[in-house]
Order: sequence, then structure tokens, then C-alpha cells
Amino acid sequence: MAWTREQMAARAARELQDGFYVNLGIGIPTLVSNYIPPGVSVVLQSENGMLGMGPFPYEGEEDPDLINAGKQTITELPITSYFSSADSFAMIRGGHIDLSILGAMQVAENGDLANWMIPGKMVKGMGGAMDLVAGVKKVVVVMEHVSKDGPKLLHRCTLPLTGEHVVDLVITDLGVFSIDKHGGRGMSLIERAEGVSLDEIRSKTQAEFTVSERAKAA
Amino acid sequence: MFGYHSREFVEERIVYMKKVYADPQSALAGILKDGMVILSGGFGLAGIPEALTQALRESGVKGLTVVSNNAGVDGIGLGLLLETRQIKKMISSYVGENKLFAQQYLAGDLELEFNPQGTLAERIRAGGAGIPAFFTKTGVGTLIAEGKETREFDGETYVMERGIVGDLALVHAWKGDTEGNLVYRKTARNFNPMMATAARVTVAEVEHLVEPGEIEPDQIHTPGIFVKRIVHVPVIGAKRIEHRTTRPRTAAA
Repeated sequence: MAWTREQMAARAARELQDGFYVNLGIGIPTLVSNYIPPGVSVVLQSENGMLGMGPFPYEGEEDPDLINAGKQTITELPITSYFSSADSFAMIRGGHIDLSILGAMQVAENGDLANWMIPGKMVKGMGGAMDLVAGVKKVVVVMEHVSKDGPKLLHRCTLPLTGEHVVDLVITDLGVFSIDKHGGRGMSLIERAEGVSLDEIRSKTQAEFTVSERAKAA
Repeated sequence: MFGYHSREFVEERIVYMKKVYADPQSALAGILKDGMVILSGGFGLAGIPEALTQALRESGVKGLTVVSNNAGVDGIGLGLLLETRQIKKMISSYVGENKLFAQQYLAGDLELEFNPQGTLAERIRAGGAGIPAFFTKTGVGTLIAEGKETREFDGETYVMERGIVGDLALVHAWKGDTEGNLVYRKTARNFNPMMATAARVTVAEVEHLVEPGEIEPDQIHTPGIFVKRIVHVPVIGAKRIEHRTTRPRTAAA
């Protein structure tokens, strides 16, 4: 069985380490905060200008001046600080954030990422994604393994890039891939979702990848 | 006393700046010109200069280049200026919330320059600080870097981005005093502090207008030197929320 969105988020949450400063993207990445492992304490950054992001407010307690990067109402914590967007991206670009978890349209076997634009179709913009992948120490992508147009794990991205050689780990509904983004070892399947065969993954993946012993055995 | 004076002596001689305007229309009077570059604060609907944007619409000024992280939503914020086609070009990082924007852009009626959010913030910060250009690794190897100078530092490639200086900045603050010292509230701060520094004229709308001395000097986010005009715009009713998300009271954290 392929993983559900919740299972993908829970798997991504295992990348969190105690003391990490973390930026979560919109969509499945936002769900990761529901699965922070016991004993692990992380601080969530919101790139519009907040460190120490709390949960959604109780109904009736929403504050229009207190929103996350997805423009959703949120709350503050005792550790919270607010700052300008310039300071926020000094944290991001300056390498002070430990982990970024975000969604993607395409990921290539060399770690290239495309997640902001479909020429002629989608005019939305990259927001903070290009800064996050350029500056954050470790970049994890969480996405569906295939789209209605076919594989999303490719030899080379065909859509305009968000960043070159930026992705460290990809979690899909079928498994987990690590990418040696600066070295020459390429992409490696390191885990399979329970009951998903290697053949199924191979048939739905265009990118070249090796298979770890663990992913073979599972 | 070598230049030191008693508090009484100083207070008698302070000439208070005439920065306070009666309403948003008069706060913009005499400074608007077709084709000008306007920096507009806010992220989503938080910290947007709503009253000044409305006054901009009423002025009829057109052919504007607007620098703003987002383009408002349909009918709110910069959405108002899209309806009247007063904007020629937007410089933004994300415009996904605005259908009218997409329509006008795809029809070729609106120019659009996408900047990564952090690059946009830094371009404005740099412009205000007198820095004409800087190098960043954001966007290297993407469409954003096309046609721009790149350079290697310590074995990594960086792309050169230019500082932005506008003709006019419109900012929204929670509290301001009559000298133009500003305090922002929570995530409504966002782009406002940098924009306040990066235009020839900055106009601030404030929810609360107070006398000098009522804001603790240590707590001021934007010093008054950056603000030329200030207008008191009390919040009437509830501010708008783009995505209202809540949790049930019974759920565990």
C-alpha cells in the first residue's frame, strides 16, 4: 500500500532532530508539525517574519496580524519572535535554518528541483522557495510519486528550476530517496512503503537510482 | 556645559516636524505622478496600507510600477488598483491569490517581474541603505539569473541583484508618533520596515497616532527620519483574514 499524505508527513517528521530550526512549506509539509516525535523539540520558522510558530488558534481567537507564510491564522508561543522579511531571509539565506521541507512538481536525480512555474499555465511565483533551497542546510521534498502527466522523479527537470543541486531527500507515497546533490553518487532508494514493490517504483520513476540493501529487503 | 542643555531648555526649543496629515488623500497630495515606482508594504493582507491604496485609486494616477510581495486579493489591497488598470508593472514574489491579476497578465495587459521573496526583501533593504547591488546564491542556475552578472566567491557561484529605490513607499504600522517613529505589530511587520527606508517619500498609515515620548525609544522599529508623512487610520470593525484556520477546543496540542 502506498503511503497516505499523513504517513508521508509522519515519515518526513523523522528527519527532525532535537533543537532544529525548521521551515515547513505549504501542503503536506505543513502536516509534518502534527508528527513531531516525542522528546524532539524544534522551532518552526515562518518566512514572512516569525520564529517560534504555534498551532492554529481556537475559533474566535484568530488575529489578522498573526499569519504564516501560507497566510493562515496561527498563534504565538512563549519563545516567539517577530522580525522583518529582510531579517527572516538573512536567517534562511545565511544558513541558520537546519531543515526545509517543501513540495515539488519535479525532482531530478542530481538534486535539481522545479516547484514554482508551468510556462503558459501557472502564474503564481516562487515566494520564498528559491531562497530556502539555496540557503537551508538540508532540503527535504515531500510529494506524490507521479502526477497525472507521469513521473516526477526525472533524469533532468523539464520545468523551470527553483534551484540546482539542492534536494537531499525525497519522500513520496511509494518510498524515500536520498540524493548526493554535490557528489557523483546520484539518487538512491533507501526505503519502500510497506507492500510497494521495487518493480512498481521502477515503472513510475524516470530518474536513475540505486537501491540500498534495506530497500531491497523490505 | 559644552553643548549639554537641561531637559527644560531642550523641550522649549524642539520644533516638532509637520508630518501629520488629516486624511489619506491629503497625505498623498502633490507627490503622485503617472509612471512612478511605488513600494507597497504587507504580506498577504497583513500590514498592507489599505487606506492609502484606496486614496491612490481615487487619485487616478496610472502607469504605476508597484513593488509588493503580493498583489492583494480580488477587490482588496492592490486588487483595487488592478480593477482600475492603474498598474503597468508588478515586482512581486507570489501573486497566486489574485484571479484578476492572472487574467490581466495572461492577456498581456500587465507586466510582471518575479523576484524570490528573500531577494526582493534584500533588494529593498539594500536600496534604502545606499547599496546599489549585491550578490546572492538565491536563483543561481534558474530563469531568475538569466542575463545577470554572476561571480564566484569561495568556490560558490552567486548572482548580482540590484537595490531598489522607489519614488514613493506606502507602509502600514500599528503605532506611530507625530515624528514618524513607527512600531509594527506581529507578522504585519514583514516588508514595511525596509520599504520605509527605500523611497524618496515614505507615507505611513498608523492605527494609533501618539505624541512623541509615548513610544519607548528602545521599542521603535522604524526611526522617524525615514517617514515624511503620517496619517492616522483607526481600524474600524475587524481586519480581514485571507485563510481563517482554527483548531477545535477539545483537541490535544
